[in-house]
Amino acid sequence: MLEDLATVMWKERREAAGRNPTRRDKIIAWVFPVLCLGFLALIPPLMVGAGWVRSPAAASLSVFVPLMVIGMTIADSFAGERERHTLDTLLASRLPDRAILFGKMGAPVIQAMGITVVLHVVSLAAVNTVHWQGALVLYSFEMAAMLLALALLLGLFAASLGVLVSLRAPTVQQATQTMMVALLAPVMLLSFIGLSIAHVVPDRWRLAFKGFIETRVAGAGFDQVMLVILVVLLVVDLGLILAATLRFQRSRLYES
Amino acid sequence: MSDLALRTEGLTRDFGSMRAVDGLSLEVPAGTIFGFLGPNGAGKTTTIRMLLGLLEPTAGRAEVLGFDVARQADEVRARAGALLEHTGLYAHLTAEENLEFYGRAARMPLKDRRERIRELLTQMGLYERRDELVHTWSRGMRQRLALARALLHRPSLALLDEPTAGLDVMASVEVHNDLTSLVASESVTVFLTTHNMAEAEKLCSQVAVIRHGQLLAVGRPDELQATADNRTVQVAGGPFGSDVLARLRARDDVLAADEGEGELRLQLRHGASTAPLVRVLVECGVAVEEVRRGHASLEDVFVALMGEETSDA
Repeated sequence: MLEDLATVMWKERREAAGRNPTRRDKIIAWVFPVLCLGFLALIPPLMVGAGWVRSPAAASLSVFVPLMVIGMTIADSFAGERERHTLDTLLASRLPDRAILFGKMGAPVIQAMGITVVLHVVSLAAVNTVHWQGALVLYSFEMAAMLLALALLLGLFAASLGVLVSLRAPTVQQATQTMMVALLAPVMLLSFIGLSIAHVVPDRWRLAFKGFIETRVAGAGFDQVMLVILVVLLVVDLGLILAATLRFQRSRLYES
Repeated sequence: MSDLALRTEGLTRDFGSMRAVDGLSLEVPAGTIFGFLGPNGAGKTTTIRMLLGLLEPTAGRAEVLGFDVARQADEVRARAGALLEHTGLYAHLTAEENLEFYGRAARMPLKDRRERIRELLTQMGLYERRDELVHTWSRGMRQRLALARALLHRPSLALLDEPTAGLDVMASVEVHNDLTSLVASESVTVFLTTHNMAEAEKLCSQVAVIRHGQLLAVGRPDELQATADNRTVQVAGGPFGSDVLARLRARDDVLAADEGEGELRLQLRHGASTAPLVRVLVECGVAVEEVRRGHASLEDVFVALMGEETSDA
């Protein structure tokens, strides 16, 4: 199984590299994401200073990078194979269903994890260079573990959601659009809830919500809040991966 | 192992209310090139997908290389090579990378994989261009690379779905040559779908003809041609007046009688004999100089089968 998984991930990586064969193509393909992510890895840490290594703001890298990196590529996973007429031949190969599915999910997750780690290192380098405290300031072991776990679980969330979308979409364009909506919907929903709390709901409810946040959430501390988020994400990820596993069966792909 | 590479019994597949394959029963001997012929929409691709375990049969069963496709599809796919409707090549991988991927997928050991890729690409004259991205290649080259991929892991059975569709004459000839030489050197059974009758006649030792998912005929091309040959008769001599033609057309054993280029052409019903017709011609005062059985091509057989099926419907 691991050998098959590695085979699919090898193909995914080579194919992604082959899409930008010239140096100019590579620069164009990478310059925008690198600028965006570089901004994310430099500006907030420099604004926060040495406290970055304990700040909840450090989690922003582990949130945005996996969602951005995987969101950009995962829609292509199956819809792209279907559109380019390579899916039939792939399915006719000896590769087991799960190796194909998890290989397609694993390749962008590993890539996103790698970029996330590099950007965290960049952020620490920036903080230590500009706000030197006489000794290196680094994430604590618990903080580093939580940031990595958050990136991994969000990466798996985006990858499993993306695979489900891509399996159903007839074209890459449609899969990309659906994926964007799926990723933006929670953000829009949270914004809507925030606005509603601020302007629509009665004062009595708003004060109750504020009290809850101050006593239960803020009082709980970053570690505990993060732990709850990680557990929720884990449950959601397991559900999505199970759904993708059930959906991705060779014979079912030809039924629709 | 059985001397049959493939066997189906009443294989049927429905898509909603539409029956794509209807009770197909076939036996394909090992080591042969078997042609599966039919017009577009006849059910050829659906049959191949069922044989590879990509589609479940609605009814009936199929056994490929001794494995039941419904229960042991993984075993079938591990031992069979496939060139499906499209080449299935990754346009943004090089030729070598495409083969490398499918070699890894087949779990070929590294050394064997590298040697086999080199052997196949060299045999097909593509080795010098192995580092080029496939999307820069001509359609004929891509088709030949896809054929190499299908045979890469030395499958016992190759399922080829219209391997020369859309190719020009020279590219088709190259694919034919590659296919025949590879089959000869590797004793692989080939199940080939096509609607190119000349291709089937040239390559296949046995053919089956289907339409609307139903099997119409099966046998060696020369057997099928012989059946059709018996129905076409050309008579040299004359004169073939309108009264002669009318008298022949009135007979139950004659389907058609026409004169052209100084010859009389007769199309007979199945099982009809020539001698009584010659007697009629002599009675009508025709000077019969020569009576010939027409040589039917596989295409004639195919057209006749399609025509019969239509008129029977």
